[in-house]
Amino acid sequence: MKLKLRIWRQESSGCKGRMVEYEVDNISENSSFLEMMDLLNEDLVSEGKEAVAFDHDCREGICGSCSLTINGIPHGPQKATTACQLHMRHFDDGQTISIEPWNARPFPVIKDLVVNRSAFDKIIQSGGYISVRAGSAQDANAIPIPKQDADFAMDAAACIGCGACVAACKNASAMLFTSAKVSQLNTLPQGKPEKDRRVLNMVKTMDQAGFGNCTNYGECEAVCPKEISLDMIAKMNRDYAVASVKNFFGTVA
Amino acid sequence: MSSKSCICISSLQKKFLMAITGVLLFGFVIVHMLGNLQVFLGPDAINLYAYKLHSLPAFVMWGARLSLLLMVGVHILMAVKLTIENKKSRPREYDNEGTVQASYSSRTMPMTGLIVLSFIIFHILHYTSRVVPGMEYDDKIPSYSLEFEDGSVKQVFDVYAMIVEGFSNYFVSFFYILSMGLLCMHLSHGLSSMFQTLGLRNKVWRPRLNNVARATALFIFIGFAAIPISVFSGVLHHNDSNTYSSLNSVNDVQNDNITSEGTQ
Amino acid sequence: MKLDSKIPDGPISDKWKNHKFALKLVNPANKRKYNIIVVGSGLAGGSCAASLGELGYNVQCFCYQDSARRAHSIAAQGGINSAKNYQNDGDSAYRLFYDTVKGGDFRSREANVHRLAEVSENIIDQCVAQGVPFAREYGGLLANRSFGGAQVSRTFYARGQTGQQLLLGAYSSLSKQVSVGTVKMYPRTEMLDIVKENGSAVGIITRDLVTGEIKSWAADCVVLATGGYGTVFNLSTNAIGCNVTATFKAYKKGAGFANPCYTQIHPTCIPQEGEHQSKLTLMSESLRNDGRVWVPKFKEDADKHPSEIAEDRRDYYLERKYPSFGNLAPRDISSRSAKEACDDGRGIGTTGLGVYLDFEDAIKRLGESAIRERYGNLFDMYECITGENAYQRPMRIYPAVHYTMGGLWVDYNLMTTIDGCFALGEANFSDHGANRLGASALMQGLSDGYFVSPYTISGYLADNGVKDPDPESDAFKQAESEVKERISTLMSIKGKKSARHFHVQLGKIMWEYCGMARNEKGLKKALDLIPQLREDFYKDLSVPGSSDSLNNELERAGRVADHLEFGELLCRDALERRESCGGHFREEYQTDEGEAQRDDENFAHAAVWEYKGKDQVPARHQEELQFDNVKLAVRSYK
Ligand SMILES: Cc1cc2nc3c(=O)[nH]c(=O)nc-3n(C[C@H](O)[C@H](O)[C@H](O)COP(=O)(O)OP(=O)(O)OC[C@H]3O[C@@H](n4cnc5c(N)ncnc54)[C@H](O)[C@@H]3O)c2cc1C
Ligand code: HEM
Ligand code: FES
Repeated sequence: MKLKLRIWRQESSGCKGRMVEYEVDNISENSSFLEMMDLLNEDLVSEGKEAVAFDHDCREGICGSCSLTINGIPHGPQKATTACQLHMRHFDDGQTISIEPWNARPFPVIKDLVVNRSAFDKIIQSGGYISVRAGSAQDANAIPIPKQDADFAMDAAACIGCGACVAACKNASAMLFTSAKVSQLNTLPQGKPEKDRRVLNMVKTMDQAGFGNCTNYGECEAVCPKEISLDMIAKMNRDYAVASVKNFFGTVA
Repeated sequence: MSSKSCICISSLQKKFLMAITGVLLFGFVIVHMLGNLQVFLGPDAINLYAYKLHSLPAFVMWGARLSLLLMVGVHILMAVKLTIENKKSRPREYDNEGTVQASYSSRTMPMTGLIVLSFIIFHILHYTSRVVPGMEYDDKIPSYSLEFEDGSVKQVFDVYAMIVEGFSNYFVSFFYILSMGLLCMHLSHGLSSMFQTLGLRNKVWRPRLNNVARATALFIFIGFAAIPISVFSGVLHHNDSNTYSSLNSVNDVQNDNITSEGTQ
Repeated sequence: MKLDSKIPDGPISDKWKNHKFALKLVNPANKRKYNIIVVGSGLAGGSCAASLGELGYNVQCFCYQDSARRAHSIAAQGGINSAKNYQNDGDSAYRLFYDTVKGGDFRSREANVHRLAEVSENIIDQCVAQGVPFAREYGGLLANRSFGGAQVSRTFYARGQTGQQLLLGAYSSLSKQVSVGTVKMYPRTEMLDIVKENGSAVGIITRDLVTGEIKSWAADCVVLATGGYGTVFNLSTNAIGCNVTATFKAYKKGAGFANPCYTQIHPTCIPQEGEHQSKLTLMSESLRNDGRVWVPKFKEDADKHPSEIAEDRRDYYLERKYPSFGNLAPRDISSRSAKEACDDGRGIGTTGLGVYLDFEDAIKRLGESAIRERYGNLFDMYECITGENAYQRPMRIYPAVHYTMGGLWVDYNLMTTIDGCFALGEANFSDHGANRLGASALMQGLSDGYFVSPYTISGYLADNGVKDPDPESDAFKQAESEVKERISTLMSIKGKKSARHFHVQLGKIMWEYCGMARNEKGLKKALDLIPQLREDFYKDLSVPGSSDSLNNELERAGRVADHLEFGELLCRDALERRESCGGHFREEYQTDEGEAQRDDENFAHAAVWEYKGKDQVPARHQEELQFDNVKLAVRSYK
């Protein structure tokens, strides 16, 4: 396959970025999108030019490192597929493909297609955990958890934290990510004691990081490689409403 | 955002306010529409309705108005805040901005909202205050003799005539229908979205609520748009029995001392 | 090099208990005076850093990814073992211990394995309390599945994402400690050297991957939990960034490297497609429960569409060779059999390196929907990568490098031969001997991190007091300048080829001569080829850009440079281990039926390599392994 690529190049966070055109040839239909990028880079490097920087690691759709907006859609056109799992057979010979970094103010570009997603870590640090010291846990079967709840928690927990939800949202809202964590922990009995604090604090951190507000577009859900559902957001909204009321009356611990 | 602004409410609280004010406004819109539809029952019905409405005690009347104003105010204030913040959070557009599943109406909420707002303002000036230049109906429309059940007759403002007269204007009708179309769009997303915002929606109910929202929005559109369309198609027309020549002739209108209001 | 394994006295089941009591404690008020460096935020590093933070130590944790949550532990699919015996099927810590020692082909240290089995129960408790959504039954209790190498059902799992869920659990604990302030997390920071003063580890040198800054970090002890080195083969199921750098630098500073030749090759991965390929993807082993493995009986059929190959022209080689285990033969055996078939010219697919995993019979027997229910997500993943529908034509699979049992040698306290330098998780030579059983690596990483290292590290600190090393000292200055020099060497070659190019070449050598089956001639050839490749590397490498900003090519070059030296060590170890055991198969040492033949007489030991300087042959030391509880026996799966 022969392809025309339009790639966002940016020296560093302070610099201005722009789209630069490249051409690649002899791309196998069976190679993955990132392997296509590898080949482009190999060409660039052998000419002594700087390779296009992009984040990637596991290349099997689970670490959440890869973060390319392909033709305007985070992770590209294939549903429930990360960029690293996207294969070139889904593109046409001769096609022009634009490749850009996640686009959101709280995710500043570090270089080319690499962005800084540490805002997500901050959100987790503000409450995305259950406080339990190593060694202090009771027997794992002491609290039965209805399968339905366990399954719902697992649906939420499948989030790989890639940030595609933010990148796809026209408001750069981080609701899907935040709500996935809140929903996982708030659904489980183990997470109940910290339920209200958790949701209040995580939403606060999310707001402070400068993410936009949710207007229920649902784009996040549509691009999510793990198909996390908007139900998580609804659950978080519900928990937040309850926690706000409790907080108003001064009854949140 | 944290320390600088003292009225710091969280993104979700803003959303809650949007949703709550949104649903109250929706409630008003429904009631308003049902009231308006009485125009199809003839001048007696609608004029009686208007009369009764306006005979409500002043504090009820003004209470309702002020709370509506407050509702609209809060709704708009939040909409403006949210929209500005959202624009700031997304520094640029993608090379070819793509959309996967977000509906057109969801993406145009601020725009549809704004046009609806401008409509509301016009609408109040037009039919409530009746101060739009050239359409000062208080001066132009003769009063209506309303017969009550007990046989008494009162001279009241002729809302029916005003509606027919108002919508005979091509521009007014067009703007009205357009705005109702946009309101319909606004609500086709907003009505279901509101359940999501308040955490009252899930996978099973989302498609159902989406459909209900679309149907309700369409119903509202049809309900409102039916009136100007009927005026144009002649289904609704000036009542012959009410002597009334043309807008240009200045008439002495006996207002019966009612605060001259439309169907509000 | 002295190898004192410090195995406590007493019966095997009391050793850990006694040892915990014997270890000294640090006064709670003094804990915050100690600085601890943890390199790695995977299951081992993440859980260790979190636990040490909970105890009140000052912890600095490093990883090269942009977030601690992305360590490659995240990719583990199958599950985690624990001797909970929730199934009432006769499991116990002792049985888990026994299975692990046997599964490891009797090349692991009994005391460590027993401890692992003991604490395995606490791990599940801990993870459930953290909110890890393990699979459950309708009654609300935890579900289990069975896994290779065990006759009991003791594997806990969270769909096909167990590693992810466990890592997110550890990451959440870590995040809590970050918010409390006891742990400082440094993502996108790569450790490039370890610093020693007076024989003890006192810190590390790192490169900030965003700014390129080289920095010294001083601490009272250093923990390496940097994962495995499977990427020395280039193509593996490991992440692209996985590397040997941290452990290899420690090796160069005096840490013994044990059993580098023990590499596990997983039988069911998606075969390589072509030169462009950057990694191999694992397909869960569970597929072999219902799939039948075959290749054409005759070479001339190899290129045909599978449906055109008649039943009597197919060779179901696992069923033929291992009638009792059949398609469920253990990993090492299935992998080798696949290789044999392909070497015989009967491999399928464009490269001839592949065998069929056929579900036709299972679909006939159970119906497509039953198969979809069991393996739907795997079939989808297969289709996503290969574009083929495995309901209609058999899957193509081939073995791939998956896990490395070798690693830094550690004593019972998980301390390497460098005083004050600990190694946890896949980075140490671990508890798995010559072959790891499925679902045991996650268990080991968490056991090391949550339940072992917090005790043994506290013991070390209590013994040694606050060292408070100075990051401005000469030792640090020198290590820093060495690191800078290495970087400028790589930057200044200005050749024509990318680091990836050399990595691919190295991988080919390693796979060809030191892969699933090894022999003396091949290993010697590899020992010849690798130095040549290394020479080319230092002549023709191209690293464009600068070293003081984000530079993926530079990162890769540094890692490949280490692999180019480490690969040699791996082959050397394979050459010296003149026996076949577990993942290490020497063609010269096999039974008449082609099975691995151990030599317990001469090789019941861990081989520990000591660095002797540039271009010097490293020294081989031995830790003799004692088997007091488990009898040495031949593994048979016929
Ligand atoms: C595809 C796959 C499936 C698997 N499935 C299973 C399974 O089902 N059950 C099971 O028990 N095991 C399984 N394993 C094995 C298991 O996942 C690993 O052995 C285990 O997770 C390793 O954990 P770790 O913490 O030691 O290392 P890792 O998780 O690899 O973490 C290494 C850490 O070190 C950091 N690091 C590395 N080098 C440096 C450096 N130079 N400087 C700074 N930081 C550095 C990394 O950033 C990372 O944080 C699987 C492995 C793979 C690859
Ligand atoms: C007056 C001008 C108006 C403006 C500028 C406006 C603007 C908006 C905007 C921007 C939103 C999206 C908010 C979000 O989803 O986060 C919205 C939502 C909504 N609006 Fe309006 N609107 C206006 C009038 C109305 C009116 C008259 C109604 C009632 C009929 C209404 C009902 C709603 C509802 C129900 C929502 C959904 C709230 C939610 O998503 O939770 N709006 N409006
Ligand atoms: S590289 Fe790990 S998810 Fe794509």
